[in-house]
Amino acid sequence: MRTLTDGAATGLAVLATLLVVAPLVAIFVYLVYKGAVSLNWAFFTHNPVPVGETGGGMANAIVGSAILLGVGSLIGIPIGIAGGIFLAEFGRGTRLANAIRFTADVLNGVPSIVMGIAVYSLVVVPQGHFSAFSGGVALGIMMIPTVCRTTEEMLLMVPHAVREAALALGVPNWRSVLSITVRTASAGIITGCMLAFARVAGETAPLIFTAFGNVGWSEKLSEPIAALPLQIYVYALSPYDEWHRLAWAGALVLIVLIVLAVSLVRYVTSRGVLKGAS
Amino acid sequence: MGVGIEVTNLNAWYGTNHTLQDIDLNIPANHATALIGPSGCGKSTFVRCLNRMHETNPIARVTGTVLIGGLDIYADAKPVEIRRRVGMVFQRPNPFPTMSIYDNVAAGLKLNGYSNHHVLDEIVEKSLKNSALWEEVKDDLKKKSGASLSGGQQQRLCIARALAVDPEVLLMDEPASALDPVSTSKIEDLIFQLKSQYTIVIVTHNMQQAARVAEKTGFFLNGRMVEFDSTHKIFTNPSDKRTEDYITGRFG
Repeated sequence: MRTLTDGAATGLAVLATLLVVAPLVAIFVYLVYKGAVSLNWAFFTHNPVPVGETGGGMANAIVGSAILLGVGSLIGIPIGIAGGIFLAEFGRGTRLANAIRFTADVLNGVPSIVMGIAVYSLVVVPQGHFSAFSGGVALGIMMIPTVCRTTEEMLLMVPHAVREAALALGVPNWRSVLSITVRTASAGIITGCMLAFARVAGETAPLIFTAFGNVGWSEKLSEPIAALPLQIYVYALSPYDEWHRLAWAGALVLIVLIVLAVSLVRYVTSRGVLKGAS
Repeated sequence: MGVGIEVTNLNAWYGTNHTLQDIDLNIPANHATALIGPSGCGKSTFVRCLNRMHETNPIARVTGTVLIGGLDIYADAKPVEIRRRVGMVFQRPNPFPTMSIYDNVAAGLKLNGYSNHHVLDEIVEKSLKNSALWEEVKDDLKKKSGASLSGGQQQRLCIARALAVDPEVLLMDEPASALDPVSTSKIEDLIFQLKSQYTIVIVTHNMQQAARVAEKTGFFLNGRMVEFDSTHKIFTNPSDKRTEDYITGRFG
C-alpha cells in the first residue's frame, strides 16, 4: 500500500511537471516550425524592405531591442535592487517600507499599455519626440517591482546567524548588509533580475507610445528606434504573407535571444561560485 | 593578550522579560571561565552583553557597567569597536556560505578596510593554525566554500574568523553543542591552547566540558548568578544548595 501511494505521488508530480513544461515546448516547436524557414543570414544583417520586395530582415529591430533593454536594465535593476535592500534591511516594519512595498505591488499590476502612456506624457511630450530613451525608461520602470520584491525576499531568506556573524566581527551594519547579506543572496537576486529582463524583453505595448518603432537603422537614444516585439506586432497585423513569415521568424529570434542572454548571465555569474557554496 | 572583565550590577531585558538581574562578576584575564545553568537561565544573554550583541535585538535593553580591560564598553565605546576586541563563536557554526575558506577568515579584516595581501595571507594562515584547521584546508583555501566543510571544521573556521581580528576576549556560546564527540574534543583542546593568549568565556550545557576546560565556573539560575568560584570548588564543594542540586543532576 505504501509503495502504491508513493508511486501515485511520484506519478502526479511527474504529470504536473509535464503540464508545466508542455506549453513552453509546444510554443517553441511551433515557432521553429513556422519561423525557421524564413530565417537566413539576411534576417540578421538587413533592415526591413518595403512591401512587394522580397528579402530584408530585422537587424535594426534586434539592435533596437538590445539598446532598449540595456537602457531599461540600467534604470530598473539598480533602482529595484536598492529598493529591495531598503525593504528587507533598513526599513523593515516602517510605514515608508510598507508604502513602498504596496506601491511596487500596484506598479506590478499596472497594464503595460498604461505604462507606455505614462512615460509618453512624462518623457516623450517634454522632449517633443519619440525616442529610444523613453522606451528604455518605460521598460526600466516595468522591471522595478519584480527586481525589488525578489531582492527583498531573497535577502529575508539569508539566515539570521549569517548577519550575527558579521556584526560580531565588528563590521558596521551597512557594510554587513552590502558585503555579506547581499552577497549571500546574490544568486537569487540575479535570478530576479533575469526574470524581470525576460519579461520586459517581449513587451510591445509600452513601446508603442515611446520607442515608436523605426523602419530604418537607428542606434541613437534620442530617436525613435525599432524593437523586435514592435516589429512582430506590425508584421503580424499586416495583410502580407511575406510579413507574416518574417513575424514568425522574429518571434523565434526574440525567444532564442532571451534564452541566450539569460544563459550567458547565469554562466558568467556562476563561474565565481565555489565548491560547496549553497 | 587577554584582558580581564569586570561586570557590575548588570541587568538585561527582552521586552518586559527581565532576563538578567543584578549580575556582578569578575572574569580573570587569560583564563577560561565557564558559565553553566539550565536552559533559559540567562547565560547566553550574559555573554551577548559582553560584546553588545544583546542590543542588536530591537526589543532588548541593558543597564549596568561592563569594564573590559578597564574600558567601560557601554559608556565609552561604540558597539563596532567593542566587537572587534571581543570575538564571538556561536552555538551553530555560521560561516559565510558564499565565501571561500580564505575569505571567511579574512572577512573581519577585509570588511573593515584592510587590504594588504601579504599581511592578510599571514594572518589567515596564523588564525587557521591557531584554530587547528590549517592542515585540513591549506590546499583548498580559495577553492572551497566555508559551507563545504564538516560541522566541526566549520566551527573551527568560525573560531579562526574570530581570532583573525586579534581580539582580547573570546566569547563562546555553547560552541560544541551541535558537534559530534570527536569534533567536541578538538574544540576543547583548542580552548586549552587559546586561553594562554585570550580571555575565554564559554557557555556550556555540558558540565564535564566546563570541568575540563575552565579554571573558573559561574552557575546561573533564573536570570541570577547563584555562585562563582574556582571550577574545582563548584564541582566538588559548592557553597550554594542550588548549585549542588544542579550539578548532581537533581534538576535542569
